[in-house]
Amino acid sequence: MTVNFVLNGKAVSLVIAANRRLIDMLRDSLGLTGTKEGCGIGECGACTVLMNGEAVNSCLILAGQVEGAEIVTIEAIAKHGTLHPVQENFLQYGAVQCGFCTPGMVLSTYALLQTNPQPSEHEIAAAISGNLCRCTGYKQILEAVQKTVEEMNSAPSEHGRS
Amino acid sequence: MSADSFTVVGKPVVRQDGREKVTGAARFADDLRFPGMLSAVMVRIPAAHALIRSVDYSAINNDPALAAICDASDVPAAKTVGIVRKDQPVFCDKKVVTPGDVIAMLLGESEEELLRLRDQVRIEYELLPVLTDYCNALAPNEPLIHPEFGSNLIVHYPLRKGNVEQGFAESDHLLEQTYTTQRVEHAYIEPECVIAIPREGRKEIQIIGSIQNPFTARRIVADVLGWPLTHVRIQQAELGGSFGGKDDIMCLLSARASIAALKTGRPVKIRYRREESILESYKRHPYTMHYKAGFMQTGKLKAMKIDIIADGGAYASMSPFTTWRTVVQATGPYEIEHVWTDVRAVYSNNPYTGAMRGFGSPQPIFAQESLMDEIAVQLGMTPDEIRRINGFRAGSITASGQELAQHDVNLVTVLDTAVGQTAFAERWQENEQHIKPTWTPSCSLDNKDFIEPDQLLQKGIGLATSFRGCSLGAEGTDAAAAYLSLRPDGSASLLCGLAENGQGLRTTYCIIAAEILGIPVDSIEYLDFDTAYIADSGPTVASRSTLMGGGAVKNAAEIVRTQLEGTLRKRWNLATDRSFVFSSGLVALVDDPAKYISFLDLCALAHSTGVNLSAIGWYRGPRVHWDESVGQGPAYFTYVYGCQVAEVTVNIGTGEVHLDHITAVHDPGTIINLLGAQGQVYGGVTQGAGYALWEEITAPNGKIKELNFDEYLIPTSLDLGTITPLFVSGKETYGPWGAKSLGEPTLELTAAAIANAVRNAVGKRFFNLPLNLEEILLQRKLRPEDPNANQ
Ligand code: FES
Ligand code: FES
Repeated sequence: MTVNFVLNGKAVSLVIAANRRLIDMLRDSLGLTGTKEGCGIGECGACTVLMNGEAVNSCLILAGQVEGAEIVTIEAIAKHGTLHPVQENFLQYGAVQCGFCTPGMVLSTYALLQTNPQPSEHEIAAAISGNLCRCTGYKQILEAVQKTVEEMNSAPSEHGRS
Repeated sequence: MSADSFTVVGKPVVRQDGREKVTGAARFADDLRFPGMLSAVMVRIPAAHALIRSVDYSAINNDPALAAICDASDVPAAKTVGIVRKDQPVFCDKKVVTPGDVIAMLLGESEEELLRLRDQVRIEYELLPVLTDYCNALAPNEPLIHPEFGSNLIVHYPLRKGNVEQGFAESDHLLEQTYTTQRVEHAYIEPECVIAIPREGRKEIQIIGSIQNPFTARRIVADVLGWPLTHVRIQQAELGGSFGGKDDIMCLLSARASIAALKTGRPVKIRYRREESILESYKRHPYTMHYKAGFMQTGKLKAMKIDIIADGGAYASMSPFTTWRTVVQATGPYEIEHVWTDVRAVYSNNPYTGAMRGFGSPQPIFAQESLMDEIAVQLGMTPDEIRRINGFRAGSITASGQELAQHDVNLVTVLDTAVGQTAFAERWQENEQHIKPTWTPSCSLDNKDFIEPDQLLQKGIGLATSFRGCSLGAEGTDAAAAYLSLRPDGSASLLCGLAENGQGLRTTYCIIAAEILGIPVDSIEYLDFDTAYIADSGPTVASRSTLMGGGAVKNAAEIVRTQLEGTLRKRWNLATDRSFVFSSGLVALVDDPAKYISFLDLCALAHSTGVNLSAIGWYRGPRVHWDESVGQGPAYFTYVYGCQVAEVTVNIGTGEVHLDHITAVHDPGTIINLLGAQGQVYGGVTQGAGYALWEEITAPNGKIKELNFDEYLIPTSLDLGTITPLFVSGKETYGPWGAKSLGEPTLELTAAAIANAVRNAVGKRFFNLPLNLEEILLQRKLRPEDPNANQ
């Protein structure tokens, strides 16, 4: 089947078997390997991407469902070589260890900040509760997101609004 | 050098590899592909113990989707592998001893097609009796898992000190208890993946993978191929977590991929899905631990007798090493005159067990720290009091007869810090006095009706302390190498022989070199790990990397620095007693700071005069030894100490334990990277909490039930309260500026502290991990095979 969609701002048309998942389209057909597979059943969040602005598990989305959708992956979060504040703070606050969960974490928090620029601590924790991390114990991730919220609210940046 | 005179050591430093990881650019093994690469699919049978009668590939042999089949007949040299005991077949051809065992591997371009073909391989097998009750493994009528070894015993470590019977006779009180711990999974979020690439002429094999210990993998692959080590080259891809778990399994997968790559002449990738990862990879050992303690009315421990049996499962793997740590540390950080310990690891048809963060310590700590609290309760003391009475101090003698010297024995310091920070003793006592519900263990709902609403939520606080031997100890040769090369422009390349496991070693090593050379951390480029370019430094295990690898990096940087100093002395015509300070990119005379040169100019000068600015640093741990027959000797050359306090709320209606707060006080010696150290604590405590409360791999009939994260529950961002890491930096002779270990101590204490807090909350002691709902409500686990499961 042919699937037409917008990927990281560009129109894409892909011929693919109907039983392929979005994660397979991204990783295997399009070479975007920043999206990771940790469980394949929607439990770990490593495969998180944005679909029409919402964080979804790309391992649970079939090719056909992508038709006409707007998909954003981790590769498009930094703009022109500049990290998004959330990415920058992941570094500053030690939110990255092995890094396998990181793309999914970044996208889940990015999606949260798009819809809720002033989330509470609990809302942040809830937003990443579908993203498993075995290394960090989540504390430095939560801290990084909280700092981002503070920064973005005191000096709103391009990124926060785009 | 004193702590405050450091420039970068001990400061929060951003990870070297962070940028790639937050942008998705970091390459993990499964992100790599090579032209002509084949996929691989494993062929197994759903049996925990069976004789293989025949394997028939005729239905698939001519299928165009099949590129090749590999099985035992393709293994050129060693058919079985193992880090200690060579008992694990690369491919099984006679029998399987656990459902993870692999009989054959199918290769082809499409994984999907291979899965279809796999169903058509016809395997005839005969089921054998299955041994799952590991405590019975040594009984005469039980099936032998590996008959060639004559018994199901993998290893037995005795430890004898003093006269335990006399100690019991002299004691005022005796206390005897049995504790058990469960099997758990590492649950690194990245499943296993490896790629083997045949080099020209198939005389060399290149392996890239999520490999924890590249040098171990190299040795195993070389053994299996019957090749010299130099023809096997292992590169490490970005590693998506390991926690001790990507060792044996990755060696085995590397061997299989190599065989297939050489057979087909094409690159071969093996990547596991989560189910297969949990099915075949090893786990943390379940332990059954019988403790008997003799103690005086004063609280002083007099004698302890310990009998531990560890379930090694289907293969020996690292059992001989993990259980050795257990025998050294089983009595905890307490001075006891008479000790009699037996630790045995045995075979069974359960999933095999091996190295996992903690490595033979979380289990005995759960037992011994529970026991200490019971003794305190019995004597009317607080848990911190009983530990202060018995805890190690400078000059204390351990159970193995080792005198603790040459480092700060900070047990009481970490204990007092944790107790002070949390107002422990008062709160513990208050909770003890708080009215406990009269409580009949039951799952029936109406029981809840009898609990007064204000008694439904019970608060508890508990603590646990430990000591932990650093690095390998008498387990093995302990040395590490590092390569450092300065460029003419003042930048540097660095590589240590201890492989990054995701915890941030690269950054730690760059900090150490930057400190010595007085240059910015980011002017040091950390090289990709490749066994071809760096000397075997042993495995990234036992929290030894900062200590050993850091020692080697420091040595390399010092050698290069000495070369630079020599260059400068010559240029400035200085006597050899004049010394320099390297700081902020400048090199100045200590006694005349106005005389300086930029680091960059000095490098250029050295380069132009032909001075060697590359060095291999080396660090060797001091010798330790061990008498196996009685378990005596200085087991490790140094130790670290820790204390964790857990605060919990237990809902006695539902059995749910909520973690309110964990205070983790550790003495890791000097801290190199503060951000990394805190991250180790948060991560370790969280894994420890999962171990305490939720995680368990059950294997009815040897077959794992929890094969993915829908059933195997690891902590999420909503499951834990706050965690406070606190560091006490004791003085230490060894390691870079006395930096020791942290990764494992953070995890080993948490479950014990939580169990003690739960006891404090509900007034009842629980002896079996995990403390999940059924354990709290029923004091037993609900299992499918449990005849009372429906009650
Ligand atoms: S891989 Fe999609 S949720 Fe785990
Ligand atoms: S950083 Fe390793 S899983 Fe999150």
